[in-house]
Amino acid sequence: MLRALLSDNLPRSRWLAAVLIVIVLALALAPFLFPGAKSLNVAVKICVFIVLAASYDLLLGYTGIVSFAHTMFFGIGGYGVAIALARLAPDWGAVALGTGAGVLVAVVLAALIGLFSLRVRTIFFAMITLAVASAFAILASQLSGLTGGEDGLNYRVPEALRPAFRLVEGDVLGVAVNGRIMTYYLVFLVSLALVLAMMRVVSSPFGSVLMAIRENAFRAEAIGYRTVVYRTVASCIAAAAAAVAGALLALWLRHTGPDTTLSFDLMIDILLMVVIGGMGTMYGAVLGATLLILAQNYLQDAMAAASQAASGVPLVANLLHPDRWLLWLGLLFILCVYFFPTGIVGRLRAARGRG
Amino acid sequence: MAEALLSLRGVETHIGRYHILHGVELDVPQGGLTMLLGRNGAGKTTTLRTIMGLWRASAGAVRFEGRDITRLATADVARLGIAYVPESMAIFADLTVQENLVLAARSGPPRAERLDRIFARFPALRRFWTLPAGLLSGGQKQMLAVARAIIEPRRLLLIDEPTKGLAPAIIANMIDAFRELKDGDTTLLVVEQNFAFARRLGDTVTVMDDGRTVHHDTMDAFAADQALQQRLLGLSMDTHQ
Repeated sequence: MLRALLSDNLPRSRWLAAVLIVIVLALALAPFLFPGAKSLNVAVKICVFIVLAASYDLLLGYTGIVSFAHTMFFGIGGYGVAIALARLAPDWGAVALGTGAGVLVAVVLAALIGLFSLRVRTIFFAMITLAVASAFAILASQLSGLTGGEDGLNYRVPEALRPAFRLVEGDVLGVAVNGRIMTYYLVFLVSLALVLAMMRVVSSPFGSVLMAIRENAFRAEAIGYRTVVYRTVASCIAAAAAAVAGALLALWLRHTGPDTTLSFDLMIDILLMVVIGGMGTMYGAVLGATLLILAQNYLQDAMAAASQAASGVPLVANLLHPDRWLLWLGLLFILCVYFFPTGIVGRLRAARGRG
Repeated sequence: MAEALLSLRGVETHIGRYHILHGVELDVPQGGLTMLLGRNGAGKTTTLRTIMGLWRASAGAVRFEGRDITRLATADVARLGIAYVPESMAIFADLTVQENLVLAARSGPPRAERLDRIFARFPALRRFWTLPAGLLSGGQKQMLAVARAIIEPRRLLLIDEPTKGLAPAIIANMIDAFRELKDGDTTLLVVEQNFAFARRLGDTVTVMDDGRTVHHDTMDAFAADQALQQRLLGLSMDTHQ
């Protein structure tokens, strides 16, 4: 059953399996284990970014495509839902329409970029995607009548997702099951389904062709595979998943703007998540996204506590000051890349191989 | 002589600013094994790659079963039933042995009897079925590369230096495998430096020099003329031992 669910793509490391079980259980029970607005917000971001990083892994890790337009597809999904909910009634029809339109636009754009640009060398394709993503971000901020410009859009969500909604009277395990919890589980379940679907894609014969193309495109062509077509289809699948992730975040935040969906910083974050977690593994996206989002949200708090604890030691207390959290985050990444060149998943699997 | 399955007429190929093939003329008869011989740098590999469309011919024509395939994309050439085994054990190292073979079976899952024949010929492939191909030895990688090319019936096999760097025992295995293919319905065009190997298998031979085809003959006639071999290939008597 589990083997079928994971499409035969097992963790192949006891430690990795244990970490994955902890992450999935923690996310599944997050509203009850970690009640509070901030922790739930962090859990949603982890779910959304796992999908985003996994879809980017499909491109970078499995197909060898370096794209900087992935947040553009994320933004298209977000804006699709945002525009539909802001312009139409805040109901499920608008959510479905917005998500569907976002996915459609993302897939068409990915197909166009792929068919016209994937014949060129990796670095040139990366530059083309960077240019397209920049142009889209400018367009989104300039078409303020449609997108709300730099301020973005605020909108209402369907009633069942609003904080005032109650699924059951009274609390469950001490937590009120309101619209926010409903939204959380919507995000969690859709994210889980998308990750499992992408695992199915990479474990299928189609996934083998993608890996063959990544390794040597000429050899794959010589067997009879049209590499541009396969690369384009992979781009379309990744774009569709990213658009759905954007739609999920839009439903959670009830606000969509350039900063939350289109910023280049997000693109760097996704790249780091995939590289640190381990490219071409899918599980790496889960680990990378969890680690990075937790570090971004809690490293500052941890440093404040550490700085206070070390208040008697002048230099150390200063070094651990919460304002320097980005410096430590950067150092953590450098150490990760240095010690885990194949990512955390690669390292854990290699340890298993030696054991 | 049987009708040519593949023919090249006046094929010229440039790689960047280098002019590599200068009007190659080649006929590969249906159902036999043609050896493409020549010194290093004669243009043999470029000829195979030009047939596959990996390098684009700048002039001339490549015809397969009478059809002009000069401008076809590589994937379309492969879909006509032409399989290419490049030199240097060109397998997909990150994929398992099984995935390598399944990938090459374009028309669906590999047929059981075909797999059985491959396993009988190359038992190591069954043993390491689920292992990443990158972990195989050099000889096993070459076996996998050949197995990948024959996992489905092909009209024409283009094989580049199949014995390069292989142990004698594995070369003997390769000879048997190619003989079996030859006895079937497969036509082979093999680039080879090892003349002892070439002479045991080849039906016809084409010799290249400096990007041109300079001689075409039956293998028996060519093997009998040592002076010609000396002139075209620089072979000494020792080579025939």
